[in-house]
Amino acid sequence: MAEIIVASGKGGTGKTSLVGALVRMAKKTTAVDCDVDAANLHLLLSHEIVRSNEFSSSRCAEIVDTDCSGCGLCEELCRFGAIERLYDEESSRENRFVVDPLSCEGCGLCFHVCPDRAITMQPVISGQWFESVTEFGPFLHGRLGIAQANSGKLVTLLRRKAREVAELQKCRTIIIDGPPGIGCPVIASMTGADYLLIVTEPSKSAVHDMERLVMLARQFNMKTGICINKCDFNPTISRNIEAFAFTEGIPILGKLIFDRGFVDAQIAGESYLDRACAENTQAISHIWQEIENSIIDTQQSPTGKFSV
Amino acid sequence: MRIAFASGKGGTGKTTLATNMAAVLAAVETGISYIDADVEEPNGQIFLSPVVRDIIDVKVPVPIIDEGRCNLCGICADVCHYNAVAILGKKAMVFDSLCHSCGACFVLCPEKAISERQRSIGTITCGRTGKADFIAGCLSVGEALSPPLIRMVKNMISDERTAIIDAPPGTSCPVVEAVKGCDFVVLVTEPTPFGLNDLELAFGMLEEMHIKCGVVINRSDLGDPSIKKRIEEKGMKILMEIPFCRKTAEAYSNGVLNSRIDPVFADMMKRLYEIIGQEVNHG
Repeated sequence: MAEIIVASGKGGTGKTSLVGALVRMAKKTTAVDCDVDAANLHLLLSHEIVRSNEFSSSRCAEIVDTDCSGCGLCEELCRFGAIERLYDEESSRENRFVVDPLSCEGCGLCFHVCPDRAITMQPVISGQWFESVTEFGPFLHGRLGIAQANSGKLVTLLRRKAREVAELQKCRTIIIDGPPGIGCPVIASMTGADYLLIVTEPSKSAVHDMERLVMLARQFNMKTGICINKCDFNPTISRNIEAFAFTEGIPILGKLIFDRGFVDAQIAGESYLDRACAENTQAISHIWQEIENSIIDTQQSPTGKFSV
Repeated sequence: MRIAFASGKGGTGKTTLATNMAAVLAAVETGISYIDADVEEPNGQIFLSPVVRDIIDVKVPVPIIDEGRCNLCGICADVCHYNAVAILGKKAMVFDSLCHSCGACFVLCPEKAISERQRSIGTITCGRTGKADFIAGCLSVGEALSPPLIRMVKNMISDERTAIIDAPPGTSCPVVEAVKGCDFVVLVTEPTPFGLNDLELAFGMLEEMHIKCGVVINRSDLGDPSIKKRIEEKGMKILMEIPFCRKTAEAYSNGVLNSRIDPVFADMMKRLYEIIGQEVNHG
């Protein structure tokens, strides 16, 4: 079983639309939406939720006011600025402390040091995750609670579940819709995956972000391919991307032209393949073919994975 | 005043609006700062080409364990909520990349065997672009945690200035850190189902944080016209609609500030700033 992650660095380059199309190309696969901050794949893949689960991995400090003697040690030691000192008008007590849940990272230092034992650590429900099915196979997706932390942990959980169901359902591939950026959720989406497909577009920003993603992929020794979306939008930068890919030894798997079908499919809640122009359909089919070949390579190669 | 540009969904036009607004304002006002808080993928410098004054190495504390003093009691591993310390065999090990720098192990070690060293996680570039201050955070590739860097970027904003903050996409910790303490957040979206879905999440986040916000619909004529109505139905205020313009998109792709070549767009940015001012004062 091979895990393929689609990522981009920069947001809005077409990751999710392409994942929707690749899932259909794969015919049978397990799809995972690891962009848990702003999940969208469920809007494209018609699915049925089989089970919803709560995700809770964080906790938040709470100060029991009646037990607190107001020593202020928690405020002094907290490195996240999560403890606020309030003036209590009723008792005209100056040292009243409360926790700002948006700043608290749940480390528990205040809980451990409080001489009055006035602090408790409360679990926080930080999201939900869903086991669904589509006509192409299992689909795992999540929704991080609003303004919650720990997206990396939810990503890791989704990927572990995906491997379990893919095994059970005998899927040869897992296709992961990755988050933007290069930080914690991206690293969690990429760790241990077999293939990274970078979707970029010909703009200076997208190229800059792609280069950082390629640096990250090298640290992970990931086998990588590039897809240039909207390649006709700026042919000069498009050629620069091809030159960059050539010097880095990364194959360009396909180039897609700017096509309103992307937006039309999204509005209709359909796969892009239902609305794609002939050129792009062919390009996506080629991209999938190339990925499949690379994965087989990996599986057959006695030395295992090789670098990008 | 602090104004942040955020979005939920990536690629909707946060950086385009933030950089152009900073440039347009700096041409007529003093005391403008552009702050790039999208530290995972900072793009502001592409458009604003700052004259760099200083590049600051940003460091966070991580524990180091004095093996001579450590008696392997394991309290550090027990109290670490992030699994960044573990007792493996006859050695306490620290995993730097998991550490949140909370200091719990350092404070609670009964043998005083833990001290802290400073570890670099990224840089902050300070400079000027025209008459505006330019401050941009850049996370080192391979680092997972951006919030501490974003926090330090924001610590450099001086209160007397008008700060235009370019926030990262999403709705979790990095964005929360970037918009915290802002007077107003501009949510940039596009009229598509993805745009609407992520806009609602970002709006929910700001409601939870009690921060005033308004919506700019970018590429307003590409997509589903019914989405505008749905945004209003959800109780969000639409500040401005910006139609798709191939020239704008081309300028963006070449890293050119659109307001420099398109006076109509420059006027829109001024107008948007006025609308934001009214919203902050009366809205």
